[in-house]
Amino acid sequence: MSGSGLRLKALTEKIRETLDKLSSRTAIKFAVYASAVIIFFALILLPPIIGIVIKWDNIQFILDQPPLVDRALGAIQNSFIIALIVAALDLIAGIPMAWLIARGKSRWLSAIDTLADIPFIIPTTALGYSLLLFWSDSGGVSALFGSSLVSTGWLLVMLLHFTFSFPVVVRTLVGALLDYKVEFERASRTLGAAPFTAMRTVTFPVLRPAMISAFILAFARSISETGATIVVAGVFENGPVFIQNMKTEFAVANPALYNGAIVFASFILITISLLIFVAIRLIGPKLRLPLKRVRPVTERKLSYKKAEKSRNTITLIVFFVLILSPSLFVALPAFQAIFTPSFSNAITGSDIWGGYWQSLLLSYGLGATVTIINIIIGLPTAIIIARKKMGKFMSSVFDLLVNVPLVVPSIALGVSLGIFWKASFALPDIMLLIFAHLAITYPYFVRSMSAALERISPDMEEAARTLGAKPLGVFRTIVFPLTKYSMLSGAIMVFTRSVSETGATLAVTSNLQTAPVLLVNWIKQAVPASRLDIALAAGFLILLSFIILLALRLVVGREEKY
Amino acid sequence: MPEVRIVNVSKKFGNIVALDNINLTIRDQEYFSLLGPSGCGKTTLLRLIAGLIDPDSGEIYIGNRLVNDVPPEDRDIGFVFQTFALFPHMTAWDNVTYGPKVKGFDMAEATTIGHEVLEMVKLHERLDAYPNELSGGMMQRIAVARALAAGAKLLLLDEALGQLDAKVRNEIRYEIRKMAKDLNLTGIHVTHDQSEAMAISDRIAVMKRGRILQVGTPQELYMKPESIFVAHFIGESNFIEGYVSSKNNGNSVVEIREGLKIQASNGAVAEGKQAVLCVRPETLTVEKSVKKASNTVQGTVERITFEGPNMRYEIRLENDALIVAIKSSMSGGWFSIGEKVAVVFPVANTHVFAYPEGSSLKEEISVGSR
Repeated sequence: MSGSGLRLKALTEKIRETLDKLSSRTAIKFAVYASAVIIFFALILLPPIIGIVIKWDNIQFILDQPPLVDRALGAIQNSFIIALIVAALDLIAGIPMAWLIARGKSRWLSAIDTLADIPFIIPTTALGYSLLLFWSDSGGVSALFGSSLVSTGWLLVMLLHFTFSFPVVVRTLVGALLDYKVEFERASRTLGAAPFTAMRTVTFPVLRPAMISAFILAFARSISETGATIVVAGVFENGPVFIQNMKTEFAVANPALYNGAIVFASFILITISLLIFVAIRLIGPKLRLPLKRVRPVTERKLSYKKAEKSRNTITLIVFFVLILSPSLFVALPAFQAIFTPSFSNAITGSDIWGGYWQSLLLSYGLGATVTIINIIIGLPTAIIIARKKMGKFMSSVFDLLVNVPLVVPSIALGVSLGIFWKASFALPDIMLLIFAHLAITYPYFVRSMSAALERISPDMEEAARTLGAKPLGVFRTIVFPLTKYSMLSGAIMVFTRSVSETGATLAVTSNLQTAPVLLVNWIKQAVPASRLDIALAAGFLILLSFIILLALRLVVGREEKY
Repeated sequence: MPEVRIVNVSKKFGNIVALDNINLTIRDQEYFSLLGPSGCGKTTLLRLIAGLIDPDSGEIYIGNRLVNDVPPEDRDIGFVFQTFALFPHMTAWDNVTYGPKVKGFDMAEATTIGHEVLEMVKLHERLDAYPNELSGGMMQRIAVARALAAGAKLLLLDEALGQLDAKVRNEIRYEIRKMAKDLNLTGIHVTHDQSEAMAISDRIAVMKRGRILQVGTPQELYMKPESIFVAHFIGESNFIEGYVSSKNNGNSVVEIREGLKIQASNGAVAEGKQAVLCVRPETLTVEKSVKKASNTVQGTVERITFEGPNMRYEIRLENDALIVAIKSSMSGGWFSIGEKVAVVFPVANTHVFAYPEGSSLKEEISVGSR
């Protein structure tokens, strides 16, 4: 090794040592945690709330127009009905799927496991378009029936929401099932319970917290999703679509009314979401179904090979027909497009495609930036939550607050963020974009990281301390290696969420086009794009996202070994 | 009713042979222990009996019924897990009455059974508590009560006392045995603690590396170990290496150094073969005299440990082997370090085994799994 290399090594060693030493100072530890909390409030939680408060007076303009109020309330009602139904359906379909993945023995399972993530890596807008083509367009399954099978509207919205929240539910449940101590189930079997009975009376109740969070995640995702919903909604309106329509109808013509409508709709959506959220959190764990009667004969019938086989078959059919095929359908015309001028235009970046590659670059750059910032500001927060650094009560309040951005409709979040930062600080659009994406993705990283930290026993950290490691050293040598994989999955969620985010992006900026925004414009024919163009654009987006994620996974190593 | 019969059972996990052609019969109403170091296959065997895992080959009978294809819930067993596996979302009472409920008994019946078994484990307080609010001893009792309430005829305990502290463990182990006896149950108790197995078992199977080395009553295993490992694992033994020089009347004479010969009670090892002498410390007689006597080896006291009831002497013999001899501390006439003594080997209690083929004595008595 060269002399300068050695010197560099010595220098990094020195820096590391100094940082380690600094990290054991109480004042510095306090400063790190305090700044994490301050950043959370200043950057993530308060801006959207203040944004709403600033324009509160505008609410009068919409209240003066009762038909518009009715329209808003109807849309919001639609949002909640769909979210509740979708979350319930996701659980019903997701539980057997997660069970199959976590417990099955077939060697195809890892393939199915990976496939289950597909809707997650497809930008929601592309997903929406894919579903539109599949269910509704004359080239999709409708061709088999002669007429449009599912036309745009509430049913298609519901199918869409079911599809994109399904992976979240399956991921959460598979994780919980893998962590679950099978001993409980075995104990139940030895006490005379048939497999189905054991599952119903022991495994599910023990896993209830995971089911509750899966439900909440699916619910929140459905409430807040905007980009894809716009694509498939047609004339149907839910909350986010209503807000978007207000923008197109009044943003220029009547800004005061537009602001009023947005404040009105956002306020109701956020408040009710939070109430439902808190209610599920509070009531869920207390909901103990007393074990009254067991029907040994029926439950036994449900337990054995045949029943299990048909359950698995139905699960897989549902997955392939309702989730996977519609999600990937958009890729079909993309193959066809390879032999058309669209493809050469795309490759050379000519015609409308110049903007496409720019927007892709912007999306990925934005995703990477947001991911890195999230890791930096989210880690201390995750530690605060997992290790209850603020005391038991305050830490759990903090924990709850971190989830707030999850339930805020992304378009509403974007609008109120726009109001706040533009009105008060005149920030450039790119900063607004970063802040909006940061707020939306923040809970994902903190959630998965704090869950991972909770699984590490504090004993291990204490052991390292007694062996002479400074706090930062403990993190570097013990905590990081043990949570590497969770950090990766947190980062992947942040990245994919940012790349696919549409609603907030639409709301905060009109001159910066991320890939999903551009796709919406193409689909809405704001730009003369052919169907093949659109399919190809969505195809590239899916393919690139997939490659990036795969590369990330390979770099970090596939499995958590501990 | 439930006699348990294991016939030619083998089980592999990947490349690791967990059980290697096991044959074993556990008698009806017997309290039986599977004893061995960790990794010997004892828990695997217990789980096979419970139906929690399936054998690769062989048959398992419970009360003359072939149960290979019978799921665990239909085997009429009670299983007490090492971690207790109390359902965390149910109170102690709900845990105990779980078995009767899932078997479809009506509420009144389940309640009666619940009270009966709680009576047996002498636990009636804190029934509304959740498992994480109970002490280790209480969780243990609940776990046993739960297994009994399910109507078990066969009680299977997997290191069930391992998580308790020594005092509680000693108390509970006799209670469990007594309950099994009172209820006419067959009990199979897995443990790595030989004193626990010795204290409570009618019979014990000593296992090592997937095989059963010896089955017998605690007395048989202690007095007549059939292998070096059993002699080592049950109680304490001295091992001295040598050659079988001659045989007479079924006894063997083992030469442990040129001209230094000791007579041992059995003669399973052929003349001229390398052998290991095995003798328990408390059977040795240690004397002050230096005069030559039969079956006596001279030695020097190297270390003395006062153990209360006993004095423990570590003695370096003429052939350089270090042995342990135990004398009652009440007998008087204590020795001191460096003192020359004569150690008398009792013929009846000195056993001879063939030197382990293809390995070493150290390897043979190691309790590591592989």
